[in-house]
Amino acid sequence: MKVLVPVKRVLDYNIKARPKADGSGVELSGLKMSMNPFDEIAMEAAIRFKEAGQASEIIAISCGTQACQETLRTALALGADRAILVETDEALQPLAVAKLLKVLVLREQPGLVICGKQAIDDDANQTGQMLAALLGWAQATFASRIELGSDRASVTREIDGGLETLSITLPAVITTDLRLNEPRYATLPNIMKAKKKPLETLTPADLGVDVTSRLTLLKVAEPPARQGGIKVNDVAELLDKLKNEAKVI
Amino acid sequence: MTILVVAEHDNQHLKAATRHVLAAAQAIGGEIHLLVAGQHCAAVAESARALSGVGCVLLAESDVLDSAGAECMADLVLSLARNYTHLLAAASASGKNWMPRVAALLDVAQVSDIVRVDAPDTFTRPIYAGSVWATVHSEDAIKVITVRATAFEAVAETGGSARLEKVDAAPDTGLSRRIHLALNDSSRPELESARVVVSGGRGLGSAERFSALLEPLADKLNAALGASRAAVDSGYVPNDYQVGQTGKIVAPDLYIAVGISGAIQHLAGMKASRVIVAINKDPDAPIFAVADYGLVGDLNQVVPALTSAL
Ligand SMILES: Cc1cc2nc3c(=O)[nH]c(=O)nc-3n(C[C@H](O)[C@H](O)[C@H](O)COP(=O)(O)OP(=O)(O)OC[C@H]3O[C@@H](n4cnc5c(N)ncnc54)[C@H](O)[C@@H]3O)c2cc1C
Ligand SMILES: Cc1cc2nc3c(=O)[nH]c(=O)nc-3n(C[C@H](O)[C@H](O)[C@H](O)COP(=O)(O)OP(=O)(O)OC[C@H]3O[C@@H](n4cnc5c(N)ncnc54)[C@H](O)[C@@H]3O)c2cc1C
Repeated sequence: MKVLVPVKRVLDYNIKARPKADGSGVELSGLKMSMNPFDEIAMEAAIRFKEAGQASEIIAISCGTQACQETLRTALALGADRAILVETDEALQPLAVAKLLKVLVLREQPGLVICGKQAIDDDANQTGQMLAALLGWAQATFASRIELGSDRASVTREIDGGLETLSITLPAVITTDLRLNEPRYATLPNIMKAKKKPLETLTPADLGVDVTSRLTLLKVAEPPARQGGIKVNDVAELLDKLKNEAKVI
Repeated sequence: MTILVVAEHDNQHLKAATRHVLAAAQAIGGEIHLLVAGQHCAAVAESARALSGVGCVLLAESDVLDSAGAECMADLVLSLARNYTHLLAAASASGKNWMPRVAALLDVAQVSDIVRVDAPDTFTRPIYAGSVWATVHSEDAIKVITVRATAFEAVAETGGSARLEKVDAAPDTGLSRRIHLALNDSSRPELESARVVVSGGRGLGSAERFSALLEPLADKLNAALGASRAAVDSGYVPNDYQVGQTGKIVAPDLYIAVGISGAIQHLAGMKASRVIVAINKDPDAPIFAVADYGLVGDLNQVVPALTSAL
């Protein structure tokens, strides 16, 4: 079966985001961008299915500006067979991304879509679920283990209070949690080879999808700051502060 | 405005998060209905009638709702959605799972994880691991929202006298089915609603030391146990202990971070706590920048001393 992996270009997780001076958005210019860490996990899962002979082809998709090509090249270097960029300068919201992905799913007919559970920039945690709903497919979010059968998959999910295992019908959308696997790094020869792999560029108009958003960003701002406190010298002083100053114990 | 809040419960008890989501609904204003959906959960619905501010409790019971997954739950909420201006659920593992399906099928945006209601159509939510707060305005006719429970004071458990109505659950889609459930032993308070949280990181070094040092401390304080991602990944504790951007968001009265460096992804999950204590041997650890009381020292000495002094 074909596996489709949507990958998002985001601010690198090591960089602390700051609002632009005029509060119109987050400052991204000149900062390091990387593949969303959850999407690296999704890529790794797809590659392992291919290595095990359970997946025939891996297609990486990114929706966004031309710069997303870089993220797709990373996906190709990791092991995707080909890539699709849906190029737009519009700020895309999860529903718009899900609609774009839906059209590509109908075209490519994959047996499985593996998304990250959330993108670490907008932290929306919506796209995979929305895609599953638009397709009328089963979903299994926050996966920490996936066993693929021919027409069903069994997926262990991280939920409040523990773990649950679902049996879902295929095709389906699965979203990855942190403990699904440890993603590999791209090797230099594979990075070179990736440059020759096919990367198709489409626009939302080509796919017939209106990506205008009905959410407007009014402003972004620093959250209320927390005052740093004091250092105490020993356990006795700590207990005294907790009892008499903070009055929490 | 009429608001539908979807209750979080385990078919026996209402979870505390529900009362916090109701508070967000009150901040929006208007008539509030509460949906209790599950399997044999009539008692939960009955007790929810007393919640402050709720006008009507809707009860949907079916044998599949509990185990049939997000597809069924989303279909149920969707079948009620057109009667409401706002749909609210907690941004918990459950709400995050099915709510986006509802939004997609209504063809509206979802506003995830709100921490503030600025107006009935304007909400503030953290992005980038909480480094930045974004204020967004929604033009959709039905606003689909998940709520960060810790950001809103819970409504009172009593004082209300809501009417009770039964509604039909959606039929099983057959798309997914739970085949196994492994819940962790829950003798401790729930992480998200505990008054005190004791959290451990990689500094604990092993599962054995995590439990030998932190369990007695948590016992003395009647605290929930939490952890950093590094502690979970190293197998010291189960996954649902993880606090942070991609784990649980907590805001207890007292958060004690032991052997945790204070990575931004961890801080995202606990920096709204009222009082933060950090115990770390590295005086420059970033956790001290958010701690009200920092103690520089070896946790192997400090923690037992603290436990026995309590
Ligand atoms: C109010 C608001 C303002 C915004 N402003 C801007 C802005 O100024 N600039 C800007 O660039 N964006 C902006 N965005 C868009 C935003 O950053 C996200 O791209 C969008 O909301 C998707 O959310 P998410 O990535 O958190 O989705 P999630 O649902 O958390 O993503 C989950 C998974 O879906 C897949 N996925 C998500 N997006 C893509 C994608 N684009 N391509 C391929 N796969 C994907 C990945 O597998 C990802 O792991 C804004 C969004 C909102 C709501
Ligand atoms: C996509 C993504 C999502 C993430 N999500 C989360 C999340 O939700 N939650 C989360 O926590 N992390 C998350 N992380 C990981 C995060 O970046 C850090 O790696 C993690 O929080 C570090 O855990 P730690 O503080 O326990 O370990 P470390 O950073 O290794 O810190 C250990 C600390 O223990 C101290 N120590 C060691 N020995 C002793 C001793 N004997 N006495 C006292 N102190 C001692 C050290 O000085 C050090 O400060 C995420 C990362 C990514 C990329």
